[in-house]
Amino acid sequence: MSSQSKRRLMKNYVLQRLVYLVFLIWMVSIVTFIVIELPPGDYLSTYITRLEQNTGEQISEEIVERLRRQYGLDLPTYARYFKWLGSVLQGDFGFSFGWQQPVRDIIGERLALTFAIAILSALFTYSVAIPIGIYSATNQYSIGDYVISIIGFIGLAIPNFMLALILLYIGFKQFGLNLTGLFSPEYLDAPWNWAKVGDLLLHLPIPILVIGTGGTAGLIRVLRGTLLDELNKQYVITARSKGVGEARLLFKYPVRVALNPIISSLAWLFPSLVSGGTITAIVLSLPTAGPMLLRGLVTQDTFLTATLLMFISILTVIGTTVSDILLVIVDPRIRMERAAN
Amino acid sequence: MWRRLMARRDKSEPNSAQFDDSYYLASQWQLMWRKFRRHRLAMISLLIILFLYSIALFAEFYSINDHHRRHVKYAKAPPHNLYFVDEDGNFHLIPFIYDLRQELDMDTLQRNYSEDRSQRYHLRFFVKGEPYKLLGIWETDIHLLGVDEPAVYFPFGTDDLGRDLYSRTMHAARISLSIGVFGVVISFCLGCLIGGISGYFGGSVDLVIQRIIEFIISIPHIPLWIALAAALPPQWSSIQVYFGITIVLATVGWTTLARAVRGKLLELREADFVMAARISNMGDFDIIVKHLLPSFASFLIVVLSLSVPGMILAETALSFLEIGIRPPAVSWGVLLQNAQNIRSLSQSPWLLIPGLFVIVTVLAFNFLGDGLRDAADPYKQ
Repeated sequence: MSSQSKRRLMKNYVLQRLVYLVFLIWMVSIVTFIVIELPPGDYLSTYITRLEQNTGEQISEEIVERLRRQYGLDLPTYARYFKWLGSVLQGDFGFSFGWQQPVRDIIGERLALTFAIAILSALFTYSVAIPIGIYSATNQYSIGDYVISIIGFIGLAIPNFMLALILLYIGFKQFGLNLTGLFSPEYLDAPWNWAKVGDLLLHLPIPILVIGTGGTAGLIRVLRGTLLDELNKQYVITARSKGVGEARLLFKYPVRVALNPIISSLAWLFPSLVSGGTITAIVLSLPTAGPMLLRGLVTQDTFLTATLLMFISILTVIGTTVSDILLVIVDPRIRMERAAN
Repeated sequence: MWRRLMARRDKSEPNSAQFDDSYYLASQWQLMWRKFRRHRLAMISLLIILFLYSIALFAEFYSINDHHRRHVKYAKAPPHNLYFVDEDGNFHLIPFIYDLRQELDMDTLQRNYSEDRSQRYHLRFFVKGEPYKLLGIWETDIHLLGVDEPAVYFPFGTDDLGRDLYSRTMHAARISLSIGVFGVVISFCLGCLIGGISGYFGGSVDLVIQRIIEFIISIPHIPLWIALAAALPPQWSSIQVYFGITIVLATVGWTTLARAVRGKLLELREADFVMAARISNMGDFDIIVKHLLPSFASFLIVVLSLSVPGMILAETALSFLEIGIRPPAVSWGVLLQNAQNIRSLSQSPWLLIPGLFVIVTVLAFNFLGDGLRDAADPYKQ
């Protein structure tokens, strides 16, 4: 196949993925709308009750009727969906009753922090899992291998929030530290500057460690398994008998082959990191989307939760698409296979 | 021991001397059982899982106290120490405890407990206690463990209301362990049905179903679960919430099963016996149910045992966040709610003990699944 036709196939594939991405985002909007519609009673009745409590006045039927029309509650479901979609496309995500602010103004920083933590956790996962996985496979049945395997299994089995609680406990009992949050009190409401970034970096390791552990343990297991299979193959023995040095021998082929499932793990790793981050953030009270989402759901702050859920999902879907395209660039075999379809 | 446990792959390869007549005469299931037994870690895990489920079935028998009763004198009491040697240095074969005495620290207003060393309370086995109905049928009052009055034995300590954490953990096993199985059963039915349709018909049906599955997999599960769980009406009864949560978990859980089923079906679709059935004018549905599904039953068992722990972890997380199972019903996640903030955690770290049960259960299911996977293909050496 000529390089030109390869490039054309590649372009087609990327184009195809982008079209599919638009479709996925549309699906996300439907799911989000279903979530808005699911809770019993509508958000307007919650809002009116709250308004009545605050002002101490009875709100007249007329105003209720007007509000119902304003929010489109008198329309059939599908019409409400398109009305909602229309305002979202114009950048109007509605009003948060809980925060008494437009949703658009309060979610930006939280979403950015959420995804910064997810991406850093992914980096942590790979930079820890790959060297340890290689060590574990090349030193099979050594003490180190056993220790890694045991820690890995426990890492897989321990729920994220338990790990967070245990670290909190150790930090508090042994060092008298409060490990919750992402900022020290003095930087909480401060505008962004370098000192605040530095403070953030000091607080980041604990959440990243907690969120990354499960994925790291899983990846080590996968890498160890595939690398062990590769190391027993004929070509390794042939290379060794020809006198290729051990390090060169290891990194030239078996590691490269064994890294493939790791690269393709990127697609599922990202949603699972965002997922795991949600609960960890609630336990560690991080100022990310997770705690906001939970609080909004419990208080029926519908527009806020719907917007959060939508953005978390959309960003994750974009992340998955990007990693799929990267995978195709990195691995020629998948490139051929997918392009051919 | 670890070396022997982990070296199973190499050791499990039978050398030729081992192939006696019984090997060649054994049925496929017998071969699987043989291979499974050689996987020690999986065997141990199987025993642990059976034990845990016996707790779920006979929670009242295993527990010491009524799990709702508040022992006011013992609020936030630490776990009792078990002693074999008394104050005078005498050894006792049956371990004993000392009763706890509560003291209020007037400065910090914290409760401190000290042991009353004047009286030993030996553990008693199969003691008479609170009456209950075994499996909801037989009336009895025999409990596995207990101590003489007036002392009360708290192996895992108590929570801030003075409820026995050990007995609560035993009762919580009921919901935590069953929700994993029910969730998987529901996911399994959905997964088999949808995956079966997808894999059997192929073409555009397959394409649409696969796209939907990919979509569900690519959005983060926990935020979705939280959103769905929070939508359960607050006035629902415990039973309704239980089934509600199970269905919430299954909405995502079916996707992986459907994928696995489809993959295997695509493999089997081209098999000769399917062609034979089709020529004999058998209906599509009958072919799926009678021929295709049984032919990879072993494969399904593996996938099922590996998806139970995910369900258990998810239920624990939701209940921990107070949007899953609701008190007074108890699950391990509900018990962990008590350990939510750093203050109660630093005062009573034993509140994390129910979490150990979660970890052990998840580990055991993972090892069991590994062992089953090796055994599922008994002809592969």
